[in-house]
Amino acid sequence: MSSRIKTELLEINMGPQHPSTHGVLRLDVKMDGEVVVECHPDLGYLHRGAEKLAEMRQYLQFIPITDRLDYLASMLGNMVYVGAIEKLAEIEVPERAQYIRVIMMELNRIASHLIFFGTMGMDLGATTPFLYGMREREDILDLFEMTCGARLTYNYFRPGGVSKDLPAGFHEKCRAYIKKQRDMLPEYDDLLTNNQIFIARTRNVAVISAEQAINYSMSGPSLRASGVPYDVRKVDPYCVYDRLDWDVITRTEGDTRARYLCRVDEIRQSLKIIEQALDLIPEGELKYKTPLKQKVPAGEVYFHIESARGDVGVYLVSDGSDKPYRLKWRAPSFINLGALNEMVKGWKVADVVAILGSLDVVLGEVDR
Amino acid sequence: MEVDRPFDYLERFPGGTIITTSVDRVLEWGRESSLWYFAFGLACCAIEMLMAAGAARYDLDRFGMMPRATPRQSDLMIVAGTVSKKMAPCVKRLYEQMAEPRYVISTGSCANAGGPFADSYAVVKGVDKIIPVDVYVPGCPPRPEAIIYAASKLKEKMRAEIVR
Repeated sequence: MSSRIKTELLEINMGPQHPSTHGVLRLDVKMDGEVVVECHPDLGYLHRGAEKLAEMRQYLQFIPITDRLDYLASMLGNMVYVGAIEKLAEIEVPERAQYIRVIMMELNRIASHLIFFGTMGMDLGATTPFLYGMREREDILDLFEMTCGARLTYNYFRPGGVSKDLPAGFHEKCRAYIKKQRDMLPEYDDLLTNNQIFIARTRNVAVISAEQAINYSMSGPSLRASGVPYDVRKVDPYCVYDRLDWDVITRTEGDTRARYLCRVDEIRQSLKIIEQALDLIPEGELKYKTPLKQKVPAGEVYFHIESARGDVGVYLVSDGSDKPYRLKWRAPSFINLGALNEMVKGWKVADVVAILGSLDVVLGEVDR
Repeated sequence: MEVDRPFDYLERFPGGTIITTSVDRVLEWGRESSLWYFAFGLACCAIEMLMAAGAARYDLDRFGMMPRATPRQSDLMIVAGTVSKKMAPCVKRLYEQMAEPRYVISTGSCANAGGPFADSYAVVKGVDKIIPVDVYVPGCPPRPEAIIYAASKLKEKMRAEIVR
């Protein structure tokens, strides 16, 4: 019957203004009935020319822009840029500053995953997880605010250390937060992880094998959900991650649910890292003496770290002046988004939202 | 008598209360108490403005402000974030789709004047180049309290005008 009816593909447009695209992403979805045949992300709605701006700014002046690329995890953006300068200029970072960086980065990773937890629930029609996630995130933002004065864009890391020391009372407040977050995580599981509707919408949806994920050069929790234990913190350690005891979270299913579970479990691991860092952090000076007009010797360098979204890297070329000659930002969101077409093929249009949500892209980083 | 709220016209009589007001005042009161905003997050500010301000601690809902996903159901458009040149036509079209009377709050340095990206080739230097703006909120990003303050300023403005 159906073979005699002439049908044609329907092309629909998701975005650039759409509540579920996590920003200004446009998806060009070709559908056969309700089934997705092809899906092309159209990027560039948030293109701000950050890489070009780097060439117009002095080294320290570009740190605020790195906040605004992956704006859910600004500390990690700071780190990868500052780390590249340190690697090229061979700047030693005092141990106390290393530990402060680890604490800040892991707190920010949790904050980012909490937003993921909330928006993932929201994409599938549950509004309460969002309120839960944001409530705990506010506690992290309080910690950031007392440390560096900002809630979202921190501008805290400097080549050779951090801009100021931890304030009085940080340790107690941070430990109180860790305890609270640990107590809340089972509630998250009751609310969303073990929710029957959530399971039905995510289990076995958009399975991507380890081989495919590697071929698409995916990284971060989206890759680890397919069973590849690749985490830059383990394979190419920076700061003091090699001195701390924690596990790389992997899952084998490679479906939307596995990508979700990977992130929720990473919150637990990050809490573990912060707790150890608070125990081990040495007293001492920060030795922060970066000149305002930082000069970096001529040469080129690639430095990468594990951001909340994956393997974020900076390729920096210096000609010896006070401005970068060229800066390339390897954005994990952008690369993970490349696999979207492969993942959504054959799924219903309503699943596109869930699958895109499970990739956890940040458009500031995708478009740069 | 100049009063702020229609219910200030409460007059007590023996055996009950009478409210005397004008239709305009009732309309103003209704409009300012259900300021549904168009959740239009463009960049970083969206996290503070749409997410943090709408969530548990700051809770814009208690001012009658509800996020809507479509411009056709909104009274207020909060432009939060950098308006790139590629996005600018969409911003203008979405504004035109809103029903009148409509208001715009420009949130953050980027939407006000380009912010830290003002010297970029790809960024519109202020959303007021393409649509009229009622309230500007400075900050990069502004705190959620600033959004609440901006909304109260906008309500003052709404109270002062008569819509036919």
